[in-house]
Amino acid sequence: MVDYSPLWISLKVAAAATVITFFLGLMAAWLVLKMKRGRAVVDGLLSLPMVLPPTVVGFFLLMALGKNSFFGNMLRELGFEALFTWQGAVVAAAAVSFPIMYRTARGALEQVDENLINAGRTLGMSEGSIFLRIMIPLSRPGIAAAAILSFARALGEFGATIMLAGNIPGKTQTMSIAIYTAMQSGDRSKAYIWVAIVMAISFAVMLLMNVWNDRQSRLSGKRRSEG
Amino acid sequence: MKLTVNIEKKCGDFSLKADFITDGEVFGLLGASGCGKSLTLKCIAGVEKPDRGRICLGETVLFDSDEKINIPARKRNVGYLFQDYALFPNMTVLQNIMCACKSEDKAREFVHRFYLSGKENLKPAALSGGEKQRTAIARMLAAEPELVMFDEPFSAVDSSLKAGLEREIRKVIKSCGGQALLVSHSRDEVHRLTDRIAVMEQGRIDVIQEKKSLFENPLTAAAARLSGWENISPVEAKEDGTLMASQWGISLPTCRCQNKGRAAFAAIRADSFEIAEDDDKEGITCIVGEIIDEIHRTGVEFIPAGGKGLMTASFPKGQPLPAAGQEFRLRIPQDKIKYFDR
Repeated sequence: MVDYSPLWISLKVAAAATVITFFLGLMAAWLVLKMKRGRAVVDGLLSLPMVLPPTVVGFFLLMALGKNSFFGNMLRELGFEALFTWQGAVVAAAAVSFPIMYRTARGALEQVDENLINAGRTLGMSEGSIFLRIMIPLSRPGIAAAAILSFARALGEFGATIMLAGNIPGKTQTMSIAIYTAMQSGDRSKAYIWVAIVMAISFAVMLLMNVWNDRQSRLSGKRRSEG
Repeated sequence: MKLTVNIEKKCGDFSLKADFITDGEVFGLLGASGCGKSLTLKCIAGVEKPDRGRICLGETVLFDSDEKINIPARKRNVGYLFQDYALFPNMTVLQNIMCACKSEDKAREFVHRFYLSGKENLKPAALSGGEKQRTAIARMLAAEPELVMFDEPFSAVDSSLKAGLEREIRKVIKSCGGQALLVSHSRDEVHRLTDRIAVMEQGRIDVIQEKKSLFENPLTAAAARLSGWENISPVEAKEDGTLMASQWGISLPTCRCQNKGRAAFAAIRADSFEIAEDDDKEGITCIVGEIIDEIHRTGVEFIPAGGKGLMTASFPKGQPLPAAGQEFRLRIPQDKIKYFDR
């Protein structure tokens, strides 16, 4: 009988990480778009986890949240333990998927017609209200795509997760880690099962995104021809 | 309310320098596209920041680079009607208007005032061109601006709808105390809507003239070009006392420039030309390029013999004219040629 806990852990971790990156990524995208100076540097720093090896991200997270870190101990006092917990896996997945959310959302927000934003300003709307009422609704398809992509990335996270949260079956062992463990212990058939499940979920996610994209472009195409 | 603008801004290769004062009138900025008219309005509205200068509206300083004042657009109280209206496509008519005023009752009042009743729950994509414009105007006025500005308000509209929309805008300007700024590339629009006009060319205000004087007596070559003089050429004084119009390749008898300076440009309206009698010594020989069938007149594009530049003449319908490729003789009445020192 296969233990399905890696599936539930993976879904739980990826979902929680996506919620975190969704808000952080959107906020970061907005703040970076509003920056006048130093944009390239900040953008580079925020995007870094995307190009760094996940083990390096895991290393930094371990440094920041580990036993010898002031910040980590502070969180520990408050009851948050990242080492060898599923919450740690969430932090790792969020850190690695953050740049995808941030960059894709920024690309979508950049597409919003500058004139609409300026119109909002001349009408006396605050920057926050322009962001919430104009920019986000108008870049909804792009933001949705960003969330789906970062969910997929969080689901497949391996390197940073295993460094921070370890490989505890039933607790922090996600599907990617289960595949690795199965292969290590020579349990090929178990690895096959997990590979199949991961592929099915990933494919379903991409399919969902394509269907969504098609529907969006059909809708906007229809709107154009009406105008 | 007095608006004083004196600003400079560089955008890559383009540099803008605008300097004017307007008070209680409809002030037009006339220029070809890309001359900086819209950028000027955007600087006044506060959505673009000038590099240097000062903008004052009434007693309020909106922008001053020396004093480091730059009031954000949302606090400037300046209404801006965007070229494509910039309606928020995700909101209904009512929601669009409510972006400018918090109270729904007031927004409904504007819906009613601009004949949008029954359309308040439609999104912009479902509106006609006129309804879109009225929504945009209603939204702009709902913010209770102290100054209204129109950026090419008819550029996105079929010519058949233009007259009605223009009437609408005239009405709005009247309700705002008769003061407004209007940007346009169309001399017809500025002629119908404005009182005083600044001619803009390549980021500079070339000249500011009363409407009537601009169209009857433009002071510069740029003003002439934008107020509808079809033929304009640089001129050079020659030793024998005549002037050579270099672009047309014909010589003109010397004439003083109206500003008493040395003439640098000469201009002739297309309808000033006359067909010359065969024995007319003042006539010039021309070769017809193309005959253009216009609505009320017939246009003739021609090249003066020995010259190189294309000129345009126009004649009343029905006048016998040579065919394309033929030679014919034209007379330019000397009093119809205008000279400019710049």
